[in-house]
Amino acid sequence: MNWGFWLPLMVVMSSMIPGLLIFLLPEERAVTRTLLNLGGALLKLALIAVMLWGVYYDRGYETRITLLPGFDLVMHASALAMFFVVLSGLLWLLTTIYAIGYLEGGQNKSRFFGFFSICVSATTGIALAGNLFSFVVFYELLTLATYPLVVHRGTPESLKAGRVYLAYTLAGGAMLMLGVIWLHSLVGPFDFVEGGALAPYQAEHAQLLTVIFFLLIAGLGVKASLVPLHGWLPLAMVAPAPVSALLHAVAVVKAGAFGIVRVVYDVYGVRVVEVLGLDEILAGLAALTILYGSVLALHQDNLKRRLAYSTVSQVSYIVLGVAIAGPLATIGGIVHLVHQGLMKITLFFCAGNLGETIGVHRISAMNGVGRRMPLTMAAFTIAALAMIGIPPLAGFVSKWYLGVGALEVGENWVIAVLVASSLLNAAYFLPIINAAWFNPPDGPWPKDVRRGRLETMPTLLWPPVITACAVVLAGVLANMPFSPLDWVKLIANRLYLP
Amino acid sequence: MTLTQLPWAVWCIMAPLLLAAACFVLGKRWGPLAGWLSAPLVAGVSSMLVWQVIEHGPQRYELGGWGAPLGIALRADGLSALMIAMTSAIVLIVSFYAHSYFQPAHGLTRHGDADDLAHRRQYFWPLWLLMWASMHALFLSNDLFNIYVTLEILGISSVALVSLAGGVALTAGMRYLFVTLTGSLFYLLGVALLYSAFGVLDLDLLGARVEAGPVVWAAFALMTVGLLLKTALFPLHFWLPSAHANAPAPVSALLSALVVKASFFLLVRLWLVVFGPLDALEWARLLGMLGSVAIIWGSIQALRQVRLKLLVAYSTVAQIGYLFVVFPLVAMGAPSAWPGGIYFVVSHAFAKAAMFLCAGTIARALGHDRIDMFHGVGKRHPVVIFAFGLAGISLMGLPPSGGYIAKWMLLSAAIETEQWVFMVVIHAGGLLAAAYVFRVLQHAFSSLPCVSPAQGEVPRAMELAPFVLAVIAILLGLAAPYPLMLMEIGDPFALATPAQGQP
Repeated sequence: MNWGFWLPLMVVMSSMIPGLLIFLLPEERAVTRTLLNLGGALLKLALIAVMLWGVYYDRGYETRITLLPGFDLVMHASALAMFFVVLSGLLWLLTTIYAIGYLEGGQNKSRFFGFFSICVSATTGIALAGNLFSFVVFYELLTLATYPLVVHRGTPESLKAGRVYLAYTLAGGAMLMLGVIWLHSLVGPFDFVEGGALAPYQAEHAQLLTVIFFLLIAGLGVKASLVPLHGWLPLAMVAPAPVSALLHAVAVVKAGAFGIVRVVYDVYGVRVVEVLGLDEILAGLAALTILYGSVLALHQDNLKRRLAYSTVSQVSYIVLGVAIAGPLATIGGIVHLVHQGLMKITLFFCAGNLGETIGVHRISAMNGVGRRMPLTMAAFTIAALAMIGIPPLAGFVSKWYLGVGALEVGENWVIAVLVASSLLNAAYFLPIINAAWFNPPDGPWPKDVRRGRLETMPTLLWPPVITACAVVLAGVLANMPFSPLDWVKLIANRLYLP
Repeated sequence: MTLTQLPWAVWCIMAPLLLAAACFVLGKRWGPLAGWLSAPLVAGVSSMLVWQVIEHGPQRYELGGWGAPLGIALRADGLSALMIAMTSAIVLIVSFYAHSYFQPAHGLTRHGDADDLAHRRQYFWPLWLLMWASMHALFLSNDLFNIYVTLEILGISSVALVSLAGGVALTAGMRYLFVTLTGSLFYLLGVALLYSAFGVLDLDLLGARVEAGPVVWAAFALMTVGLLLKTALFPLHFWLPSAHANAPAPVSALLSALVVKASFFLLVRLWLVVFGPLDALEWARLLGMLGSVAIIWGSIQALRQVRLKLLVAYSTVAQIGYLFVVFPLVAMGAPSAWPGGIYFVVSHAFAKAAMFLCAGTIARALGHDRIDMFHGVGKRHPVVIFAFGLAGISLMGLPPSGGYIAKWMLLSAAIETEQWVFMVVIHAGGLLAAAYVFRVLQHAFSSLPCVSPAQGEVPRAMELAPFVLAVIAILLGLAAPYPLMLMEIGDPFALATPAQGQP
């Protein structure tokens, strides 16, 4: 068997096929469903590990299927692709475990886990997509597969969130598709190339390329929740907590941010983006989003809403790093893809735990929760401190590289944005931490589900604890081989030192 | 004589025709069974023709050995083969559905008593096979008058099938009858003009002789308008929603999926083969504008419907609009729009047949098809809702689906020729389609309990048939090179090169 050809496809299919099988399962076959879920997740991780090893030694893995004459569905395992694939593969496993616990006793579980698996397939596809055509295919598939998850509860409120979600993402998808087709009609079919594919056309089509760039960024910016395209994200927090984790950390906003990374590095190329003057605009947009998201987060009392606005802000660090475009800033931006994922998934897991176990949804009701749920709140605290950028946690590494990278290319204003954002982060996270640990409880909890000796169900407790540990390790061991930072340095080396 | 040398084109027409007669003669008791068993048989014959075209290139067969201009010729190139493959696949799958649809359901009487049902079942199959035969004949005929005959048989069998539902459908069927007769009449007038001017009816011979002039222009206008009426392009769509929405579900599926496409196919053939020498840029623009209005207006109407079958019918009005956007794109110098348009025909056919069948199953299950009372139907019939969703993906033009491939090709052509209006309309149409599809789907996710009392068991075939059709609509997005290759056999779009299209 030709592993070089089949492996990327198998990585994508390893969650798609269990997903389709789960649809066929009757609701009560919980054990089979769990086996399929976890089996798929573990198989996927094993395949990813094999592929990762190969990519480290510069072996090529590429699946190529012709969908239309001239347009191939390409799944190519580059270093950048693997970075995102590993993130989604690992977090999928944890989120699946979490979701199994979270949805226990709920309804429509076969439907939920079926679409959940398809979502992860689509995300892996987005990561591995080797050209814009394939990227669009998986990007739209992700939109469609997420909708049933967002409306999973079926309440009028979640149906409304679903409508808004679709309106934003489908319109964004249409812009993206338009941009992609337009680009292809200008330059013909092309694959992603490290360093960009459009340099030869830059002089001839400068204006059109600028227009197309904005179409692409608008299309991707909807999922990456760039201001002013972020409106769907806070509404979508009505979805169950594992879905929020998927939206905020594993799949959706990441797909948008990753798409922007692809467009800047592998389609246009840093040089062309700079010559067209687009980097300044993108950086400005990212800075605006970072600050605006943080300011709005300050005003939210609902915990998940505050976290949602925090995502709006944090994801734009990735865009900012990409837009500043020095080697160090690139490292800061791309590494944040993983760091933000780890931090935010921890926070959403914890928020879900609070809601499920003791019925606490609002920040004003969080007084003293640390005493009732110490491990959950410890994980929350670690992730929140990392978000603020306290060394030696993961968030600090991202911010450090972003700041140094900005100075390296003379964009000193970025430092001001980073400082302001960190202060705002502190302003909206520290009160929560303070209330949880240092205030006495206001009274009995709205509800109290206790399982055995632990503060909540083990399936709910361990995933955030594990991701919180990962947040610490990603920061402390940043210089070890195979840490996220180390891998991003490999990517940056291949980008800047061809 | 080996299998590949048999005149499969003739058998494609004769087999359903003879079987229709047999069903009719066999009567009430055995007719329906024979009809149901005929479907795989005819589909088998059709696949032989498709195989023949793939293996040996385009086929031409002169009936009775008489060549044109005296005799009548059948022609099967890649385009007709693709149309026949599409028709046969869809009719076959819908036949399974129809078989269950006309079975007496346990413990309930719909539209009157059992006698009435048996009566309808008896006449359904002969008409069904007749319609099938006429579509095959239309796709294969290479003779203007012969085509007129097929158009008439197709129209009349369709009208009769619509009227089978009884009640409101009789009025709708009557209106449909007038429309289809008027359309054929316009077409026939055109044929008469051309015959009087050039003395031949064979398409290829005519194409070689035609040169621009008042008679040709008049024939062109008459035939185009007649076929537009049958294809239901805005504003000539007025008859479509009531006819398609009131017919029995399997009939609705075929009308929307195939019958309107037959007249569209004919229009494309005429524009390419016969009227190639005319420089009909203004007409193409007009068709494109009407198509654009159809996309927007049909979609908005679909959004406003209370009943699911009407929503699906208006969606057909909108989707037909896309087909006519192809004409200006080709005329402006993007011949690649033809394959895109034909791909649209095929993927829409599968998706729309699936949707109408879903609507029929839901109506059977709930006893009504009011969209705002669909809560909980997803729980009771997940397969049907899933099929509806998959078909919807193709209508929205989202990947991976046949609709996506078609939309991609059309958008490429629109951008290539810098037709910004059409570009925007194609995009807006996709978003509007998403709006009306999700308007239905969101009820399936609602946590409210189902308010409609269960109407007894729904046969398995009525859930699976739409699902299979919808899956094919999705697969068309993953296997596009093969249909595209098939439709290019014999170069059916040859005359669409810019040399002929532009002054």
